[in-house]
Amino acid sequence: MKMSDSNIKMVAPPEGVSGEGFFATTLNDVVGLARANSLWPLPFATSCCGIEFMATMASHYDLARFGMERVSFSPRQADMLLVMGTISKKMGPILRQVYEQMAEPRWVIAVGACASSGGVFDTYSVLQGIDKVIPVDVYVPGCPPRPEQIVDGVMRLQDLVKSESVRRRSSPEYQELLKSYNIK
Amino acid sequence: MSLETTEIQDKLVETFGENVFHFNQEKDIFSFEVTADKITAIVLFLKNDPTLRFHFLTDICGVHYPDNAIERQFVVVYHMHNWYENKRIKIKAFINGETPDIKTISTIFPSANWMERETWDFYGINFIGHPQLKRILNMDEMISFPMRKEFPLEDGGRTDKDDRFFGRTQSNR
Amino acid sequence: MSELLLPPEHRYAKIIQELHNEDGSELSILNLGPTHPATHGIFQNILLMDGEKILEAEPTIGYIHRAFEKIAENRPFYQITPLTDRMNYCSSPINNMGWWMTMEKLLDIEVPKRAQYLRVIAMELARITDHIICNSILGVDTGAYTGFLYVFQFREKVYEIYEEICGARLTTNMGRLGGFERDWSPKAFELLEVFLKDFPVAWKEFENLFERNRIFIDRTVNVGPITAEMAMAYGFTGPNLRAAGVDYDVRVAHPYSSYEDFEFIVPVGKSGDTYDRFCVRNAEVWESLSIIRQALDKMPEGNVFHADVPEYYLPPKEDVYTDMESLIYHFKIVMGEIPVPVAEIYHAVEGGNGELGFYLVTDGSRTPYRLHFRRPCFIYYQAYPEMIKGAMLSDAIVILSSLNVIAGELDA
Repeated sequence: MKMSDSNIKMVAPPEGVSGEGFFATTLNDVVGLARANSLWPLPFATSCCGIEFMATMASHYDLARFGMERVSFSPRQADMLLVMGTISKKMGPILRQVYEQMAEPRWVIAVGACASSGGVFDTYSVLQGIDKVIPVDVYVPGCPPRPEQIVDGVMRLQDLVKSESVRRRSSPEYQELLKSYNIK
Repeated sequence: MSLETTEIQDKLVETFGENVFHFNQEKDIFSFEVTADKITAIVLFLKNDPTLRFHFLTDICGVHYPDNAIERQFVVVYHMHNWYENKRIKIKAFINGETPDIKTISTIFPSANWMERETWDFYGINFIGHPQLKRILNMDEMISFPMRKEFPLEDGGRTDKDDRFFGRTQSNR
Repeated sequence: MSELLLPPEHRYAKIIQELHNEDGSELSILNLGPTHPATHGIFQNILLMDGEKILEAEPTIGYIHRAFEKIAENRPFYQITPLTDRMNYCSSPINNMGWWMTMEKLLDIEVPKRAQYLRVIAMELARITDHIICNSILGVDTGAYTGFLYVFQFREKVYEIYEEICGARLTTNMGRLGGFERDWSPKAFELLEVFLKDFPVAWKEFENLFERNRIFIDRTVNVGPITAEMAMAYGFTGPNLRAAGVDYDVRVAHPYSSYEDFEFIVPVGKSGDTYDRFCVRNAEVWESLSIIRQALDKMPEGNVFHADVPEYYLPPKEDVYTDMESLIYHFKIVMGEIPVPVAEIYHAVEGGNGELGFYLVTDGSRTPYRLHFRRPCFIYYQAYPEMIKGAMLSDAIVILSSLNVIAGELDA
């Protein structure tokens, strides 16, 4: 069967040199491509946005289309931490612990206004944005964001992942970033 | 509704005399005040009396009145409900602002357990005899009581939002 | 091992010391939550276990405490509905309407019949979505993912109706003082009709999938039963109480928003176990559908959608530009300077999980002096340790999801 007859959608190959029986490109691009299309999400759902995430995962919006079929509830196996909902100060240390348990490379999406900035809950008990305790890659606005927005946030993260250098995680800048959050 | 408010009032006055007062009908709820140290006896009476039968505790909450006289600064509000006659009542017990103590009713209604803990957490009202009076919603390390009027809503330690740019002040009005 | 982890004054330490199994096996402590995937939301339970059997449980809550009541004391009355949305986010319109009805009781506003019926429709839709979540997740927790995927798309249909009514999906901020912010569009009614036609078919199939399913029955019958006396003592209300056999329903006991005009059954269970809770919720969905149908059929003619209370209800925008009086009202309402009497109000509605009460104390200023929410979840969740005593660990998860504890409502 020719490729064109199949209805399986393939990602476009990265830039490179191709010829008879070979394809040459940079390792960065290949690794990025592989990582970006098999992100395993760890949903850290605390409140309203969690319900919208359920809608995103369910049949109507179906996040599985992006290589995220397998929701990983174990932080050890997850690549992408989706923080959905208000994180109170009581919850902050637990969120941090979950982040620390994740293996590198790891990415974080703050879904919704509460996770991004505390949202309407500018109160004594709510953490004013999860970037106070862990580094965040993508912020998704909305209270709660629509599933389309969550999907868009994930796709923006995929863009980041695709272009990320394989050496980034051992770079001094990254170490500096982790150090500023006091994460070992 | 066959259970008349006058009947409730008569029965309570007959049994507890001056410890029950300020009867009034507020919209659809019959309401009265009690002296704080009689609260368990009154709640037990309301629950077990064969005609009153207020067998369901709907709610407990506290209110803070910092401008009142010192012995009336906190009030614990009890909502009870008689499902047989479909009658709601509200009981208020004013307590001292400096030593906010009141007896627990969690021995009468198990559901009062967490509601009293919440009230302790928010206002620091001490429920004497409560089996496990500790913080429930806030962190154990917290030392102040956040729902008291003098406690600010917003976290004082935040650095990202400047009140001058938001046109906000701490005042309630 | 366990001595190392536990402070000696902890009550488990004493139990572990006292209890010795004959075969020499030890009791163990298991920390369930707060981020455990099966405890949807964030509840922590420290369990004392003998093998797979739970002996004791100690719940910790407050992981999503957002200080609703404190915020409410600092916000004008109009700005409190968005807070109520985020309390029980599975059925926001009920919370919204409950709050507006509390305000209307305070201000003695009579809402026109048509607006009341529209409210009933919105509230019953919310109840349906709430029960869809609870029952389909109960299915997921017992191992049937299909049911969830199947009925969850109907939540999307309800969201589409919400979007027609108020523009939002989940946190609806629906309604205004005295009625709705705008009339429902013909499209909303159209979508409603489609929903009423399609959903019963799917829901019937969903029911068939579970109700006589051997695995489901084995997992739920006699799991986490609670007697009527216990349930009342622990302050249960709503479907969880009705599953125990007590027919208390705020819609019947204190009818609000013209619920007395509709004929519906209050379904009750018998043993109060997980299966009964599931069935009561299922039955309530059918009743809700019937109420919506009745409300649509009895809907008064015309296009009245709010009470005629210019001092509380925003005037149409074109009047604000041309009419002095409207401009003044508009300004006062937007700035939150509406006249409010000094009073104390308690109003309760039948939320998705039980009696949702609003206790409002006003002092005549622009904000509530005190607003307390009677959150049904908070009150009945304290029975959870009692209910899982002696159950298996996997049963504890099923019991939790059958209670439908919503974290936002639990922790306020």
